[in-house]
Amino acid sequence: MKPRQQRMLAVGLAVAGVAIAAALTLKAFDENMMFFVEVSNVVAGEYPQERNFRIGGLVVEDSIEREEGSLDMRFRVTDMRCELSVMYNGVLPDLFREGQGVVAHGAMGAGEVFIADKILAKHDENYMAPEVAASLAKHVDEKMAPLQEGGAECNSG
Amino acid sequence: MIPEIGHFALILALSLAVCQGVLPLVGAHRDNAALMSVARSTSFGQFFFVAVSFGCLIWAFVNDDFSVLYVAKNSQLLLPTPYKVSAVWSAHEGSLLMWILILAIWTAAVAKFSSGIPLKLIARVIGVLGLLSVGFLLFALLTSNPFERLIPAAIDGADLNPLLQDPGLAIHPPILYIGYVGFSVAFAFAIAAMISGDLDQNWARWTRPWTVVAWLFLTIGIALGSWWAYYELGWGGWWFWDPVENASFMPWLIGTALIHSLAVTERRGLFKSWTLLLAITAFSLSLLGTFLVRSGIIVSVHAFATDPTRGFFILTFLAIVVIGALVLYAWRAPALDSTVGFSPLSRETFLLLNNVLLVIATTLVLLGTLAPLIVEMLNGGKISIGAPWFQIAFLVPMIPLVLLLGLGMHTAWRKQNPGPWMRLLRLPAIAAVIIGVVLPLMFYGRVSLMLIIGCGAAAWIVISSLIQPVRSWCRKEGATGITRSALGMCIAHLGMGVFVIGVTITSAFGIESDRAMRIGETLEVAGLQFEFRELREVQGPNYTAIEGVLEVRDGGEFIGTVRPQKRQYLVQKNWMTEAGIHPTWNKDLFVALGDQIGDGVWSVRIQYKPLIRFIWIGAFIMAMGGLVTVTDRRYRKTVK
Repeated sequence: MKPRQQRMLAVGLAVAGVAIAAALTLKAFDENMMFFVEVSNVVAGEYPQERNFRIGGLVVEDSIEREEGSLDMRFRVTDMRCELSVMYNGVLPDLFREGQGVVAHGAMGAGEVFIADKILAKHDENYMAPEVAASLAKHVDEKMAPLQEGGAECNSG
Repeated sequence: MIPEIGHFALILALSLAVCQGVLPLVGAHRDNAALMSVARSTSFGQFFFVAVSFGCLIWAFVNDDFSVLYVAKNSQLLLPTPYKVSAVWSAHEGSLLMWILILAIWTAAVAKFSSGIPLKLIARVIGVLGLLSVGFLLFALLTSNPFERLIPAAIDGADLNPLLQDPGLAIHPPILYIGYVGFSVAFAFAIAAMISGDLDQNWARWTRPWTVVAWLFLTIGIALGSWWAYYELGWGGWWFWDPVENASFMPWLIGTALIHSLAVTERRGLFKSWTLLLAITAFSLSLLGTFLVRSGIIVSVHAFATDPTRGFFILTFLAIVVIGALVLYAWRAPALDSTVGFSPLSRETFLLLNNVLLVIATTLVLLGTLAPLIVEMLNGGKISIGAPWFQIAFLVPMIPLVLLLGLGMHTAWRKQNPGPWMRLLRLPAIAAVIIGVVLPLMFYGRVSLMLIIGCGAAAWIVISSLIQPVRSWCRKEGATGITRSALGMCIAHLGMGVFVIGVTITSAFGIESDRAMRIGETLEVAGLQFEFRELREVQGPNYTAIEGVLEVRDGGEFIGTVRPQKRQYLVQKNWMTEAGIHPTWNKDLFVALGDQIGDGVWSVRIQYKPLIRFIWIGAFIMAMGGLVTVTDRRYRKTVK
């Protein structure tokens, strides 16, 4: 085979491979992309329907409830403005505690409850996921400023 | 005093690195032998001072010098001494110093074991490595000095993160870094070849062993990290497609492509500019990996508290290295390529396909890793890409790669006659398909298309890797046997087969079950009975622990005892899960203790992981294959 043909073959294979990979990638990409939604937005009903997303914030003090002897549990997450109930069934990561940051994967269930299928752990007690930190910082600033209208719309708990 | 010596030694190392980076390159340009011969001595000198500096930091840790900020942050009086040493590289400043030390070791090794390589080439290689050292030493001295004092000194340290108090993680970073940094040697050889405009088959022969050694350390390093995540994080998975894991995996994929491309360049003088591009890419991805881990720019479960100014420095350094190398490449590489032809059915074709598929795989991983960043920059919101995407996307290039691997191994260079080739491979191919159907059905009682592909592919690789060694074993004495280099290839590919079978069976038949368990209760998971016998307290050197004792039975037969722990470290007070694992060759029984969720009731995670050890054993066999390859006689002749 002449070098020219070789090159054409190589280019052809590469293009075919990239095309297949791209098609599959894009399809699977859309299915597995998970948005981070701030707790306030979830409470206001602004979250992706019919698909999983992530939430994050602080676990509210004294909010953990569980049925004695069962893995089912509930707790509330706050972004310093609104609170959201979360349900989970499973073993919790080590650094999960009241008053600490948490990230959960899951979807909204009936009755304004977030059904988590995964609670994320972290390696370092000083580390907080950047999007959670940003979301908290935003609302802490808001609290310092006089409450705007609509700020009181959060009545969940 | 000692920390100041360490700091001072680092500054001396920087001045030597500047000499090492400038003088030999100038000497090679002007054909001045005196300047060129500075290369070796400065690299030894730089290594000496970096080693002194590193030794001073170890001294500060072992002697609990809490007047050093970095020690006060990452150590503690009661920490066992081996962990005081490994605490040196547990955070940013120390791991950067270790990076610098390893770069100095690689450079000194190149200087020492290069007697057969022309002075001009080696001067340029060491010069380029010197310039890289300058960058990293400046980084350490300007932004991340590990010897910074804490005044007044702390009475006790804040302790090493308990997750890192583990033998696996003590050795994982050094091994991984030896691999990462090792690609700088291939990079330096590539830059040297482009500066001189001279790239022959000897160049590939000199570059190849260094690259293979870097690759084999990276392989072991990644496998150790995966093993650590499996038993220490308490999740029981072995790979999470987390950005930090991907950061180490991308250089591995490109490094693997580079090894194969170097083989073609060495044997046939082909793919020259492609080899150069891969060498540049492998090292750039190592730098990108460091940037991703250290900048905190990407959300990762492995992320530690980070500092953006450091990320900025690495990004700038990365930009200089990548843009500089690519400009040089665009300018010089076109002149290097040769126009030797090869037939469509030849080993060259298969190695080309190997490279294309590995590059596609790398691109996919890179895309998935950077997608959250790109989407956010385009204001598309904050997203994350789940592991399922990687699992699907990665299979696209991997399945053909694995199938072609068996064919390529038995194809001749230049041109392969199709007749004998088909006769040789017909039987292994049939056997592989049969094994692919029978193996899962017989041992695990179920079969699916993915299982047939996975098990069949694994059998296919294993059989085709064994053909050559077995034949040479059976050959009569006196006949020419298999070369070390070919044997190494067969071993590495065998390791790949072992790895594939482990991945296939674990993901298809692994069972993970979160349960509530009362003390004294027996639960059945995967046909085995787990009995929660008792809960007791255990005292460690710097922690107290609650230990669950679970006995596992298969029917009436006792299999083993699993002892998962929840540890509370004395300083940081966090609870840490220490999974209990009962390993056997063909399965792991894994139990992690969760929380107390009622009177005498605990949440537990029970897992049954068939053949999971094959994953790490496979990776280890691959690395050993690399080791056998570099002992080949043709590398020993010149590169001792």
